[in-house]
Amino acid sequence: MSLSLQLGIIVGYLVVALLVGVVAYRMTERTAEDFYLASRTFGTVVLLFTTFATLLSAFTFFAGPNVAYAEGPEWVLVMGLMDGIIFAILWYLIGYKQWLLGQTHEYVTLGEMLGDRFGSRRLRGLVAGVSLLWLFPYVMLQQVGAGTALEALTDGALPYAAGAGLITAFMILYVVVAGMRGIAWTDTLQGAFMLVTTWVAMLWLLAVVGGPSVATSALEAEAAGHLTLGSEFYTPQWMLSTAITIGFGVAMFPQVNQRFFAAGSRTVLKRSFALWPILCVLLFVPSFMIGAWARGLDITIAEGENVLPVVLAEFTPIWFAALVIAGAMAAMMSSSDSMLLSGSSYFTRDLYRPFIDRGLSERREDLIARIGVVAFATAAFLVSLETPATLFELGDAAFSGFAQLTLPVLVALYWRKTTRAGIIAGILSSQAFYLSALFVESIVAALEAVGQFPVAADVVPMLIVVVTTVLRESYFGWTAGLVGMGVGLFVTVGVSLVTSPAAEEKLTLYFEGLRAD
Amino acid sequence: MNRLERVGWLAVAIVLCVFTIPWFFWGDSTVVAGIPLWLWWHVGWMLLASVVFWLFTQRAWGIGIEPKEGDREGPGGRPEPTDGDAGGGERL
Repeated sequence: MSLSLQLGIIVGYLVVALLVGVVAYRMTERTAEDFYLASRTFGTVVLLFTTFATLLSAFTFFAGPNVAYAEGPEWVLVMGLMDGIIFAILWYLIGYKQWLLGQTHEYVTLGEMLGDRFGSRRLRGLVAGVSLLWLFPYVMLQQVGAGTALEALTDGALPYAAGAGLITAFMILYVVVAGMRGIAWTDTLQGAFMLVTTWVAMLWLLAVVGGPSVATSALEAEAAGHLTLGSEFYTPQWMLSTAITIGFGVAMFPQVNQRFFAAGSRTVLKRSFALWPILCVLLFVPSFMIGAWARGLDITIAEGENVLPVVLAEFTPIWFAALVIAGAMAAMMSSSDSMLLSGSSYFTRDLYRPFIDRGLSERREDLIARIGVVAFATAAFLVSLETPATLFELGDAAFSGFAQLTLPVLVALYWRKTTRAGIIAGILSSQAFYLSALFVESIVAALEAVGQFPVAADVVPMLIVVVTTVLRESYFGWTAGLVGMGVGLFVTVGVSLVTSPAAEEKLTLYFEGLRAD
Repeated sequence: MNRLERVGWLAVAIVLCVFTIPWFFWGDSTVVAGIPLWLWWHVGWMLLASVVFWLFTQRAWGIGIEPKEGDREGPGGRPEPTDGDAGGGERL
């Protein structure tokens, strides 16, 4: 009963999504700008919810409540700061400026915007390349998540590869047909759905348990420390590092960043900006409090199992639990389809067009963009079947990886003296730093291998000491991601100060004529 | 838009960030109506942030981003608080 119901709800969702996609397709012009950005026409509700649903997906549903269950509800504060406040401020500082520039110069991607200002095809390619490096494994993780969820849901009847394959095929079909407009519309439905079901789930749980005071007393009896602000897990350094790196990282995630270009008007940006913190807190409090309260309730969570489905299965009717799980699957897909679309646009516009075929026509670019979606999704799926550990590690670290881009971009947007050499050095150095910190064990292993040769034997131990001293997981409690951001800022400003702008740079591009009335 | 206003809004943004997590309740476990007090603070603070953001969109939107012709470095004329009039490039 529960299985067919859950599958029925999931299939029902897919059908509705596809119908929306077909309607969107019928409204679509066959240009790349329309495919990627819905011709920059989003209204407040659509922009708000598409950004919201893209940003907060399976993570909010599954990983967030898990953290709150294991470590306490402080996770609400971390997410509130990173998404509700820090990202909102970047929404203005980066988003509004990008939107204005996009209106004036018709930019579609971040790389395009930076490449034009600094007169550099290489910078454009670099930004796209770095973004794809982090995006690809992240898409892969989503596919793995969906495949695993389907396998668990069907008790193994649908093996992982088949489940992930099906989801991938559906996403390809959907994105290729619907483009940005269709994705945004389903996001809107799904964001509203997510919000409503999460609230109903919390109220339902509380009604069954006997109210928040009872639930909290139970939590206190089980894990008293969870009600106290701060713990060994939630240190100020960790909370701030996490909030800052993820908050800054989100702004550079291609599918989020590209939405800055898609707003229909200034008023749309203003309204969504003001509503943003409320929307975040409205979702985070019920979602994570369910996880936190679950700790005090009489349920058992198996190793590696998600808390939310277990709680719902225990305390709400089967159809409702199925609805929320279907919503979570949909959330996973709605983030992935946006990522596919953006990944494809970065590839087509910033790598294919500038480096392979400069005379690409609009119509043809639209076609290549769709082919790009197929290639990107298929590649991510095939690679995920091999379960490559390195790529999984990259996917997990994607937010911090993207955060390394944010400060060089902010500096370029607001400081006239930024030079091409400065921003390129800033991006390269912070990426190099963060990647090395992530893979420090491999670096040490490689050095040890080199140390086998007699010539290098004296130098290697010293090098290893240097490497392990400079690169760590944590610097007095602050994460490597945060330190890397500092490196990027320092190098961008430092190199800009000692170099002069190249002749092709458009020094005033980001500062003059910025009006889009 | 003059420099003072830019600095003022920057300060507001920083204050909003700093007190999203109520550091002064660190180690506190007071529960009010079934919810930890520090979580009530956070909820209230997010609502306040929305109000402040809304005020910002009404009074200062465009500040630091949209240049006003002939007023790039700015101590010049007082800008009217209408949509989109703002001062020169903000130096970060």
